[in-house]
Amino acid sequence: MIAIVDYGMGNLRSVEKACERAGMDVFLTDDCAMVEQADAVILPGVGAFKRAMENLRVRGLIPSLEKVVQDGRPFLGICLGLQLLFDGSEESFGQGLVPGLGLIPGRVRRFPPGLKVPQMGWNQIDAVRRDPLMMGVPDHSYMYFVHSYFADPSDDSCILTTTDYGISFTSSAAVGNLYGIQYHPEKSSRMGMTILRNFGAIVDDYISSH
Amino acid sequence: MLAKRIIPCLDVKDGRVVKGTNFVELRDAGDPVELAAEYDRSGADEVVFLDISASREGRSTLLEMVRRTAEKVFIPFTVGGGIGSVEDIRAIVKAGADKISVNTAAVKRPQLVSEGAERFGSQCIVVAIDARRVQGENRWLVYTHGGSQATELDAVQWAKQVETLGAGEILLTSMDGDGTKDGYDNALNSAVAEAVNIPVIASGGAGKLEHFRDAFLDGQADAALAASLFHFKELTVKQVKDYLLAEGIAIRPAEQGGRI
Repeated sequence: MIAIVDYGMGNLRSVEKACERAGMDVFLTDDCAMVEQADAVILPGVGAFKRAMENLRVRGLIPSLEKVVQDGRPFLGICLGLQLLFDGSEESFGQGLVPGLGLIPGRVRRFPPGLKVPQMGWNQIDAVRRDPLMMGVPDHSYMYFVHSYFADPSDDSCILTTTDYGISFTSSAAVGNLYGIQYHPEKSSRMGMTILRNFGAIVDDYISSH
Repeated sequence: MLAKRIIPCLDVKDGRVVKGTNFVELRDAGDPVELAAEYDRSGADEVVFLDISASREGRSTLLEMVRRTAEKVFIPFTVGGGIGSVEDIRAIVKAGADKISVNTAAVKRPQLVSEGAERFGSQCIVVAIDARRVQGENRWLVYTHGGSQATELDAVQWAKQVETLGAGEILLTSMDGDGTKDGYDNALNSAVAEAVNIPVIASGGAGKLEHFRDAFLDGQADAALAASLFHFKELTVKQVKDYLLAEGIAIRPAEQGGRI
């Protein structure tokens, strides 16, 4: 079973339905024990970084998420869920860094002035390195984005794809079985569905080898 | 690079798709959820539902339609028509819509835009503007109630105001062009696109391939919407996208849709 973490950051109905369509066995939960027992975790979310961290903290979910990642269980952060994986965000103006989960080194930055923010619409993902998550997704495929901030890893080796929005930013990242994608696979039609199916296959592989 | 978007629009009444010409005559034509899923497969970038139900029964049918759409359609979709309060927005977003569009209610009470943006984020709030050209002049007035009532609002000024209030996008319909197939009003589109820093969706008047190119090049629109043209298959989404790609415009190829 794959836990979709429901922590009050947006409507997860589309994510749940898309995962089901991709053949995944998913359930929505905000319960620590359920997350810790899951074979894999999906962390979606839209909205403010600071509030998201606070919502995870009050539900006691942070140690559970850390445990899943430390065990090497497959983990997929989507949109804000990708950004939360990093050390922190520059989201709160002038108040320094808002701490994140710190599972991937780097920080989350705002798009520079002059760009339309949020980036909203279809943009291309350009392959940096191969990974099972991207199987069957042609280089330069279009995915659906809605975001004002982007992740800036301090170690480039985690970058799977980049996207050009005036600046080039990390649109997919991976460290082992820990994945994060900035775009919305549940809104990216057939290409997004391919990525979800690939994550499902990664989870199946993990289950059969443990 | 961010792609220009092609957006089919479905006019919905009491849970069924209809299509009017110049906002008056209606002709029944099918299940909106199935049609939206078909547009997803054919490579559309988004779908807009415009609900024209007046009755309370029609509204509850709409919420059920939104829920079914969220299960079967894997591109973003917007729901507009008859949304008058933050509570209306909440119900539609909770049912699974990505965005809502407001029109008459925003003119009556502009705070609805800021309240909606604060609660659900600007990316969720589309303001639909129905504009008609003042005869012989290069300015346009805003119309409400499905285009039937004139206001004193200047369309470009109103667009700037709703951007300030937190609108994430403007769905700009030319009342003069709507249903004519004579092309989008690109003087209107570019006047608004130059005045605001949020995406503008051109609407009203699409009749042939060149009209889409012109909306992007002359009208500076970020997206182009069409209803009857796609609905009656006079052009397919794929034909439009293949043409625009050949014209060198950044477009997500129709083949990236397809059976899911």
